[in-house]
Amino acid sequence: MKLNILYFAQLREKFGVSHESIEVSDQVKTVTDLVGMLAERGGVWQEELGGSLLHRFAINQEMVEPDAMLTDHAEVAIFRPVTGG
Amino acid sequence: MFQPRLSVSVQAEAFDAEREFTELQGEDRGIGAIVSFVGLVRDLNLADDVVALELEHYPGMTEKSLMRILEQASARWSIQAARVVHRVGKMHPGDPIVMVLSASAHRQDAYEANQFIMDYLKTEAPFWKKEWTPDGPRWVDARDSDQQAAARWQA
Repeated sequence: MKLNILYFAQLREKFGVSHESIEVSDQVKTVTDLVGMLAERGGVWQEELGGSLLHRFAINQEMVEPDAMLTDHAEVAIFRPVTGG
Repeated sequence: MFQPRLSVSVQAEAFDAEREFTELQGEDRGIGAIVSFVGLVRDLNLADDVVALELEHYPGMTEKSLMRILEQASARWSIQAARVVHRVGKMHPGDPIVMVLSASAHRQDAYEANQFIMDYLKTEAPFWKKEWTPDGPRWVDARDSDQQAAARWQA
């Protein structure tokens, strides 16, 4: 399954990347699976995604819960809780 | 069926509050009340001097998410029109950052819809604030009080 992942704000700065296209294995089915896979990259990825920090997620520009299923060619966004207004 | 006029704008430029107000009212003489909320950049947060503020957002999702909030408000209250204007990019203390307008026949719908829109905007719309203090930049953390303000509408 191919995914286009977007990072915003703190995550974009910390990872030094705003988006990436990746191919994930069949084991990666949900947002939680994806976050776990990214955390395994170690370093800043583990630090941001492997602990207790709170994140919100969107699939194809709709907010979703961590147990949401990923779909092929989905746009998946990962970010800290929003602070507009 | 009656369709309320709903619109959003995410923009770098400052907005003209009077023009926004006039356009929201339009030719609709059924409107008896317009509530206008304007949020401003403060110069103090967590006891630090804030010299500038930068707003990042998620282009595409931001507009959809704001529009969804307006649709939810119009499903819940009887409103003739509503609009959100949110600025992005760099701003300074005192600058207007967000405007929410809501119009209804009677004031209560416009008041409550306006608060609902702002409370949901703060917890659901993909914006992130970065503050510059004399010590450098810092991303603003989300507040529990904003979560609670949005949650009260679910009761």
